[in-house]
Amino acid sequence: MPVNPALTERDFPPVAPYLVGREKVREFARAVLATAPLHHDPEAARAAGFADVVAPPTFPIVVADATLAQLLAEPDAGIDFSRVVHGDQRFTYSRPVVAGDELTATLRVTSIKSLGGNSMITSETAMVDADGAHVVTSISTLVVRGEDA
Amino acid sequence: MSLLDGLEVGQVVAERSFPLTRDTLVRYAGASGDFNPIHYRDDVAAAVGLPGVLAHGMLTMGFAVQPVVDWLDARGWVSDYQVRFTRPVVVDPQLGAVVTVAAKVGALDDAGARIDLTATVGEQTVLGKAQLRVTAL
Repeated sequence: MPVNPALTERDFPPVAPYLVGREKVREFARAVLATAPLHHDPEAARAAGFADVVAPPTFPIVVADATLAQLLAEPDAGIDFSRVVHGDQRFTYSRPVVAGDELTATLRVTSIKSLGGNSMITSETAMVDADGAHVVTSISTLVVRGEDA
Repeated sequence: MSLLDGLEVGQVVAERSFPLTRDTLVRYAGASGDFNPIHYRDDVAAAVGLPGVLAHGMLTMGFAVQPVVDWLDARGWVSDYQVRFTRPVVVDPQLGAVVTVAAKVGALDDAGARIDLTATVGEQTVLGKAQLRVTAL
């Protein structure tokens, strides 16, 4: 089954707000081998002008995970997860994510392309803070390998 | 010292090697919530035709930026970061894998810089179009 091209016109509801915790930031930082004091020490973060520890640049993928799950769960999406490969990833920020942020993420499918039997599906997950201000957008391209690929 | 003082296009600002083991992958799986078994089970990786257990692409993207974050040392922050996953990183159960990252200034303007990353295993690059923007704080 090919990826459903109508996904680009679909409105996905925002997922439940994600509260960024200090220990989660530290745990994620350890997992990506991030040792800078800003990620671990609230005093170092405050000295640099942040309210609390700063999340590593790729942390928003944890928040975006729930929106990608939303996409894969669409009954008519035509996306076989066992054939999905992560092709490209980008994060565009308005400001860094810090512990204490409550992020609300909303998914939009921006493009679906076919290339040599594979499908490429690009989605954007925009995350806003508790005041509704944009913090970061995660842009992912997933490659769904064709049956004979 | 300000972030941009003395910086030149082409300058290598950071370089580091990251030894990965299966423990690294399990830790990333737990922290990120990505429990796809191709990142920790040899039998599953083999069954889907992979050359071995692979590092999560997002793990490689995650640590590849760290040499730049350390170089910034709170003088700036990463305001945009993108990569293309061009080649999987196979992590041997005994030997692991070593990913070497180099960060070079790609472009400069008044507010910050574009930094280009190369990430290699042996002679082969594993990320394509790996670029980030650093903005002065």
